[in-house]
Amino acid sequence: MTALTKLFRTTTFRLSLTYLALFSAAAIVAIVYIYWNTTVLLSRQLNQTIDAELKGLAEQYRAGGLDQLVRTVAERSATPGNSLYLVADSEGRRLAGNLSAVTPDLWNSLGPVEFVYRRPAAGGVENRLAFANVFRLPSGYRLIVGRDIEDRRELARMVRSAMLWGLGVMALFGIGGGYWVSRKLLARIDALSDTSRTIMEGDLTGRLPVNGSGDELDRLAQSLNLMLARIEQLMAGLREVSDNIAHDLKTPLNRLRNRVEAALREPYGEPVYREALERTIEEADGLIKTFNALLSIARIEAGAAGGENRETLDVSALLRDVAELYEPVAEERGLALKADMHAPIFIRGDRQLLGQAIANLIDNAIKYGTSEAAEGGPDAQPEVEVSAEAKGPMAEIVVTDRGPGVPVSDRERVLDRFVRLEASRSEPGSGLGLSLVAAVARLHGGSLRLEDNEPGLRVILALPTNGETHVNGAPQQALQGAEIRPA
Amino acid sequence: MRVLVIEDDQETATFLKRALKESGHVAEYAGDGQTGLDLARANAYDVLIVDRMLPKCDGLAVIQALRTEEIRTPALILSALGEVDDRVKGLRAGGDDYLTKPYAFTELLARIEALARRTSPEEGSTRFVVGDLVLDRLSHKVTRAGEAIMLQPREFRLLEYLMKHAGQVVTRTMLLENVWDYHFDPQTNVIDVHISRLRSKIDKNFGNPLLHTVRGAGYSIRDSAH
Repeated sequence: MTALTKLFRTTTFRLSLTYLALFSAAAIVAIVYIYWNTTVLLSRQLNQTIDAELKGLAEQYRAGGLDQLVRTVAERSATPGNSLYLVADSEGRRLAGNLSAVTPDLWNSLGPVEFVYRRPAAGGVENRLAFANVFRLPSGYRLIVGRDIEDRRELARMVRSAMLWGLGVMALFGIGGGYWVSRKLLARIDALSDTSRTIMEGDLTGRLPVNGSGDELDRLAQSLNLMLARIEQLMAGLREVSDNIAHDLKTPLNRLRNRVEAALREPYGEPVYREALERTIEEADGLIKTFNALLSIARIEAGAAGGENRETLDVSALLRDVAELYEPVAEERGLALKADMHAPIFIRGDRQLLGQAIANLIDNAIKYGTSEAAEGGPDAQPEVEVSAEAKGPMAEIVVTDRGPGVPVSDRERVLDRFVRLEASRSEPGSGLGLSLVAAVARLHGGSLRLEDNEPGLRVILALPTNGETHVNGAPQQALQGAEIRPA
Repeated sequence: MRVLVIEDDQETATFLKRALKESGHVAEYAGDGQTGLDLARANAYDVLIVDRMLPKCDGLAVIQALRTEEIRTPALILSALGEVDDRVKGLRAGGDDYLTKPYAFTELLARIEALARRTSPEEGSTRFVVGDLVLDRLSHKVTRAGEAIMLQPREFRLLEYLMKHAGQVVTRTMLLENVWDYHFDPQTNVIDVHISRLRSKIDKNFGNPLLHTVRGAGYSIRDSAH
């Protein structure tokens, strides 16, 4: 496609052509109308003038006969103007008047007639158009009264040429303007599509040009830029996740491989092999767990999981249930696990996903809630407290511990996949627990926040309640897409 | 126990066949859904192991077809799809249990043994007896050597499940799924702690331990004195 055909194909150019055609048609109609009206008016004036003259001459003729008529005509012919007169006898000889020759056509016609006559002018004779009324007098005489209408013909010619010129200029401006505007617009569109092409080729840092005029193209470019920023952010997230996966899955895989290799090199036979194989299975199980957790998070974040299994459930009961599951573990670790639940709070959710989320929170609290408290002297009572409370439209599940807590600067980061703080490296875990809780919270339209428990960590999982249990039968609007808020 | 393995992966099928034989079971194998369906119709198996994705006829379709023909052979579905949604779909199609790949063979074995037991008459009984341990499902009372043992409701259900499958290996996941109805990984060995609590109540003050740990697999309740 050449640049010119591309230009002609633009909407702007086609629009300007259409407008041009419409304006031309309107202009032609207007000019024709004015011209036609003017002509009608002029003809009427002409007829009236000629009628008046005829009437005057008829009176002269009645009063004084042919002689007086001839005299009057001669007088009137002498005064300069556009009036034409002729009195002639039956042979066509001129008796008086300023019309020299009479063509046979004119002579034989009767009533109003248009004809061409010759008039002396500067440097010769010119043919001019005239309009006249031919009148027959008794005894074959003719009286012709008319007016020169060459000016009218001139006017018509002028109007015609003005019209042609006008249309020409209009067409020129229209096409030229259309071309100019289209090219300007096309240049901007080309710039936009060039940039998008480079972005499509993989350079996500590119942004569409914005010229600050705030026009529709600018606004479009701004929206597209926001979209690009979002895509870039998502891609960066994805890259980070795959880097993390690569690191956190490859490390144990490598360990596994090393162990098998080492066992193969050992010459001690079966018992050593057996032990190595058992540890290999353990390592593989760990990997499978990590892999499952990752897949779960990915599916939850894609919104694919838990859609079909939403049910109305009591969070208090679920929390009590999971707390009961972990209570012996807490006790074994020398922790008191206190559950503080009051009235049932109903929400709509996936029991398995929510159960897993709560289990992860309690598991974390038990894992990390001990170390510091044990050294914290007699005052620091090592305990984990779980509670559920309805706060407005949200059900808040709170899990607190008396452990080292999470520094403010890390509170957002620990929700990311595979992030494990230095202090917790000694504990077993994949660094996926809180990521999963955050994903479950998002899926349910809720949020996850970490706060200071002074000392310790206070984790709040807020989920939208099932409105039906609070407002008579009318479900409350669930808070959709709430963000994970850093504390 | 006669087992039919419907699995399209040759290596997995061979492994399962051999491992089942070593565990004292007879295993037959079908490489696609249609063959599996024909075999399951023609022979009386104790358990079917059905892979979810099969050539010719999808695993769920095989089970559905059997169920509409009133063939009630217990079926365990094997699948790489591990989400709760998929599990629910599998069970809704008529499967009796669902196991996600990759799995441990001990887990698979424990589950098919439990499934085969389900069709046995003990299922509906109101009293479970293992040695001198008696659990009454109606009065919710547990006694050992005639001595009443106080159990928490959850501990009762845990013991009930173990005794229902007395003599069999019960895995941690099976306990978590059947006693707690949780189908997720609880990270910490929570089940072990519950078992050790239960053990301290039913075994501690009695000479002959009934609740055994099966290394690498799970737990089993049985009277080893016999």
